[in-house]
Amino acid sequence: MTAAADTASGRPRSSTRRSFGTVLRRNSWTIGLLGILVLLLVVTRIIQPTYGPAGVQGLAISVLPLAFAAVAQTCAVLARGIDLSIGSMMALTSVVSASLMEDRSEGFAILVVLGVLVLGLLIGAVNGALVAFTRVPDIVVTLAMLFVWAGAALLVLNTPGGGSADWLGGVTRGPLLTQWLPKAAVLLVVVIAVVWVPIRRSRLGLALYAVGSDPLAAFRSGVSVTWTKIFSYMLAGLFSALAGLSLTATTGIGTPVPGPYTLMSVAAVVLGGVSLAGGRGGVFGPVIAVVILSLIRTDMTFLNIDTNLATVAQGLILVGVVMVGSLIQLRRDR
Amino acid sequence: MSAVDTAPSRRPRWMTAAGIRALFRERPIVPLLGMLTILVILSEVIRPGIVSPNWAGVMIRGAVPLAILAGCQTMTMLTAGIDLSVGAVASMSGFLVATLVADTGLPAAILIALAVSAVVGFVNGIGAGVFKVHPLIMTLGMSLVVLGLANVWQLIRVQTGSGVPPEFRQVGANMIGGFIPVNLLVFIPLALLIMFVLNRTGFGRLLYAIGDNEVASRLSGAKSWQVLTVLYIISAMLAGVAGFLYSGLTNVASVTLADSALLPSVAAAVIGGTSILGGRGNYSGTMVGALILTVIASILSSLGYPEAVRQILFGSMIVFVAAAYTRITTD
Repeated sequence: MTAAADTASGRPRSSTRRSFGTVLRRNSWTIGLLGILVLLLVVTRIIQPTYGPAGVQGLAISVLPLAFAAVAQTCAVLARGIDLSIGSMMALTSVVSASLMEDRSEGFAILVVLGVLVLGLLIGAVNGALVAFTRVPDIVVTLAMLFVWAGAALLVLNTPGGGSADWLGGVTRGPLLTQWLPKAAVLLVVVIAVVWVPIRRSRLGLALYAVGSDPLAAFRSGVSVTWTKIFSYMLAGLFSALAGLSLTATTGIGTPVPGPYTLMSVAAVVLGGVSLAGGRGGVFGPVIAVVILSLIRTDMTFLNIDTNLATVAQGLILVGVVMVGSLIQLRRDR
Repeated sequence: MSAVDTAPSRRPRWMTAAGIRALFRERPIVPLLGMLTILVILSEVIRPGIVSPNWAGVMIRGAVPLAILAGCQTMTMLTAGIDLSVGAVASMSGFLVATLVADTGLPAAILIALAVSAVVGFVNGIGAGVFKVHPLIMTLGMSLVVLGLANVWQLIRVQTGSGVPPEFRQVGANMIGGFIPVNLLVFIPLALLIMFVLNRTGFGRLLYAIGDNEVASRLSGAKSWQVLTVLYIISAMLAGVAGFLYSGLTNVASVTLADSALLPSVAAAVIGGTSILGGRGNYSGTMVGALILTVIASILSSLGYPEAVRQILFGSMIVFVAAAYTRITTD
């Protein structure tokens, strides 16, 4: 049914110019999410009149690692995969960067950041190669690699420790230009614009979506399914490394125990309008979904509601939104 | 099949490559038992004298709760689903009994815990069956809900305190004669029931049918939403029972007790030959898979490696076994 819906909306265009209506329709889910986000910000302001620039900055900083994790998961899911090892890859890249940067010069940290990004690509490539060449289902391979990368993180650092370069923390903390624009949000948008957008517009991006929506059709049109799969996991590794680096940057240390990032990233991807069957969605939806989930938690603290109920709310929102989404889909199919 | 016709020699069928493939595909229990034997021999080689009736009892005692959770995964995977809420449900049910037992007595506490588990399973089943939400998402969302509510409950009951009932400790941790774990008394009837349901009942056939081809099973008149609802209720109640055994085994009542068993339960089902894509698998393989994982974990800890190396080897072995299995069974 997803394939049918895709071909229906993706009718051939004579020019590369798109009408405003098409753009709106194609991104309806993301626009809806943006609307919810704005609404939530207004609600937050009403609940807590003191919520201002400081609150927005705190939100952006706390959201940064999970936002990158959600982008990483999106890359894997778009090509009809799923990466359960994202949390572990984040732990590994975080401890590697923290242990290398401790007590070293600020300039050396630049090398460390570049090295860790390459490390992310490499471990992602290992995941991808295992998925592509063993033909074991993605979920099983990445489930097993979750243990491998988490173990590797423990080898690097047995307990939370290490350090972070000052400039790395500086990139994420504080505002830029106006009080209302946190640096962390700018960083997120810039990274996505530099890494994701060019890929999305290239052959590789098209291959990613093609393999996700129908591997057989993609194969017959001359797309290498094997290499596209590996590439999608490399991207997931790269964004996991970015998530790990932002963990180190925002907390100042590296923690070898993976946080709840993997499952939250799956939740964010689904809420962000990316189909688990692959081939549909983009990276901005999941990122906005992450911000919304985090803001709901903040609001519930303002309202003096038990944070555990916030976990319940996140679960209910996840289930509820997906239910409504598939109900609409079922109606349309009928 | 063609390999048999073209084979020039008169070797028995099982010695040919196709024969071995068929053996792995149709009777995964045979190679799995072989692998288990190799692992037991390996344990003996690494630590001479370790393999004893008592050691076997400890292994089985550890594998039993994992095998129950893996049973949840096997049954849901047969329908091309998965149940990621078993860890949260198992922890919750063990914790619920430990906090309630002082007030209500043991039987009522057990019934309440199982009823709550069944409600979780019902919601999972309705979501997956009626609303067609991907089971991964449905059960993941419900595990968040269960964990959050369990935490709230913990705060409410923080003054009354909690304690694992001694009966649970006897069943979960004791061994008869030093080598027969008591938890087998719970497990054997459950395992027989699961195998009977999967192999001998219409419900079991429907699980395979839905996983194999949902459209075809629907066109043949199967009401998949009813089947899935019942399936997820069963799965959640089994997880509840596993939670009792876990809390008895560890003498701990915690809302995150069984979380660490979630991913190994998926791994045990996969190693046991259940296809995550649905339609293929059996509980006998899963039980051996759970035993294999327990023995591997014990070997890794007896080698004296640090936790880090153990995790790396554990993950690598799962990939290796799954890859070997896929390579052998697919032509």
